[in-house]
Amino acid sequence: MNVAVAKTGKGRAVSDLFTSAEGRLPGSPSVIAVRREAFETYERLGLPHRRIEEWKYTDLRALVGEVLPLAAAPDAAALKRAADAVKAHAIAGARKLVLVDGVFVADLSDVKALTAEAGVKTSRETLEKDAGLLQTASTDAVIALNAAMATDGVVLSIADGAQLSAPIQVIHIATASSASAFTRSQVAIGKGVRATIVESFVAAGAKAYQINDAVLVTVGDDADVAHIRLMDDAPDALNVTSHFVTVGANVKFNFFNMTTGAAVSRLQGFITLAGEGSELSANGVNLLQKTEHGDTTLVVDHAVPNCVSREVFRAVIDDRAHSVFQGRIIVRPDAQKTDGKMMTRALLLSDEAEADNKPELEIFADDVSCGHGATAGALDDSLLFYLKARGLPEKQAQALLIQAFVGEAVEQIADDVLREHVIGIAERWLERRS
Amino acid sequence: MALLEVKDLKVRVEEREILHGLTLTVNEGEIHAIMGPNGSGKSTLSHVIAGKPGYEVTDGQILFKGEDLLEMSPDERAAKGVFLAFQYPVEIPGVATMTFLRTALNAQRKARGESEYSTPDFLKKVREVSKSLNIPQDMLKRGVNVGFSGGEKKRNEVLQMALFEPSLCILDEMDSGLDIDALRIAADGVNALHSPKRAMVVITHYQRLLNYIVPDFVHVMSKGRVVKSGGKELALELEESGYAQFEDAA
Repeated sequence: MNVAVAKTGKGRAVSDLFTSAEGRLPGSPSVIAVRREAFETYERLGLPHRRIEEWKYTDLRALVGEVLPLAAAPDAAALKRAADAVKAHAIAGARKLVLVDGVFVADLSDVKALTAEAGVKTSRETLEKDAGLLQTASTDAVIALNAAMATDGVVLSIADGAQLSAPIQVIHIATASSASAFTRSQVAIGKGVRATIVESFVAAGAKAYQINDAVLVTVGDDADVAHIRLMDDAPDALNVTSHFVTVGANVKFNFFNMTTGAAVSRLQGFITLAGEGSELSANGVNLLQKTEHGDTTLVVDHAVPNCVSREVFRAVIDDRAHSVFQGRIIVRPDAQKTDGKMMTRALLLSDEAEADNKPELEIFADDVSCGHGATAGALDDSLLFYLKARGLPEKQAQALLIQAFVGEAVEQIADDVLREHVIGIAERWLERRS
Repeated sequence: MALLEVKDLKVRVEEREILHGLTLTVNEGEIHAIMGPNGSGKSTLSHVIAGKPGYEVTDGQILFKGEDLLEMSPDERAAKGVFLAFQYPVEIPGVATMTFLRTALNAQRKARGESEYSTPDFLKKVREVSKSLNIPQDMLKRGVNVGFSGGEKKRNEVLQMALFEPSLCILDEMDSGLDIDALRIAADGVNALHSPKRAMVVITHYQRLLNYIVPDFVHVMSKGRVVKSGGKELALELEESGYAQFEDAA
């Protein structure tokens, strides 16, 4: 953590991480004041560490140490690299919104095609007007830091009844090494909307960078939404992402997260089921190798009766990697007839691989059906031998069984093109195995 | 040159010797039956030939087409033409049968330096083979052996045998867990695949399988050795008098 301190005009101590970035942060003086306050919260708390229960398994102080200075706005060379990355990682048919080193790049985005179906603004222009985008209920230090430092993001609004003809893909591209990017986005989904939102995190030549992303999602009644996050950052990067999702009534919300990159990563999702009759399907896959640390933390809050939540998570852990899954299901006193299930399984490919599973049920209603399960184990030798006896070399036999293992989570993605895209990322991860 | 030569093979499992110097020669096109009581080492022999981990060969050798089989990994053995039909084929949830078959066939072809099958060519081949063996297409749409009956699992083994075209097939207790109808169907498949170039080694406890797959040679195993070899009439003799006489001999 950055300990150099400067005095501001008002006599408050603010680290030069913030003061050096201040000139590049969008916002009127009142917005900047909110940011400054958020930064002070972060300064007071510091990076999360093991003594904070929610961060017990992901001690950022030990794993990361310090927050890197804000990345410079991308220059022409960076944009050229980013354009190549967009080509490599774009999903066929999707409308792209591209953020390079935390800055929205209109030239690489399909804004025109999108505006027919959705309202698109940048977080930068939104923040120039007011600080609403910076407000969240959380007091988490990394979220406070994000509020202080967010340079840009996308603000999407999808009107009631809109049936999106193609997925929207937000692509975060890192081109700057040893620098950090802070993004904050908002997606407001109207009633009865049918939409698919994909977020991809990739590197374009950057090394040892840090990403801190926050996404605020609201889903209107009767909507049918798929939200897919694919984090494939550079192997020495840091990615901490926070999702805040509020779901209305009679909604189908299908969330999927895949972690295949970054030295240290954490996705923390806070999903509130705020309208009755909704179905949440939240699934994910962590594929980790070398010394990677991947943390998926999900809090599903059943605030109202008659909602269903299903969570299926799979972790494949090789070498000395470490996977963390923390899943909390909260059932509020009024949330009768809640049906919440959570299942997480870890596949350990090496003796030094580590998995931590922490399921938590907090149930305050009396007429509910909730459950969780967790397993960890190695590949089944009898299955491996069967495949090898049929001609598959060891590596290929393992790959087939690993793909089968993650299949149950990946199958939750309904769209064929998206599912194939996700399988492609998994296949590239398998090829990287030593 | 013999197709398979097992010479004075000694095998241990966890410090306990299971095979105490076993010798067996199989030529192209021959059908050999290996019979013997439980614990005589029949399945150990099949596992060692296929390369299953957990067995320590302390002495002797196995040559396949003149090459040292024990130096090869299980997948290399498969690519060379060794096929073990498992006593209990495993279920592999999440791996589609078609994906498995295509991946395995192409891995073998690649290892032999042959061109891999394209998806349409592969589908055509599977359809031909499964039709000739009367294997319903819907079996191929499921996960590998998932939810298959005992008979279906064995037919899936026979299908793979037909698809991979090995030169040596080892059938490990093919009759276990099968009723008489399922046994006949599986045996018909095996008989259809027998050819002058392809040898079969049929491992069985009971004589009844040999009513359907007629061997050229019968070997009786007891306590880790072949104690008697003869023609198909030896199997009938065993059916009459049981294994007890050989247990004394061993």
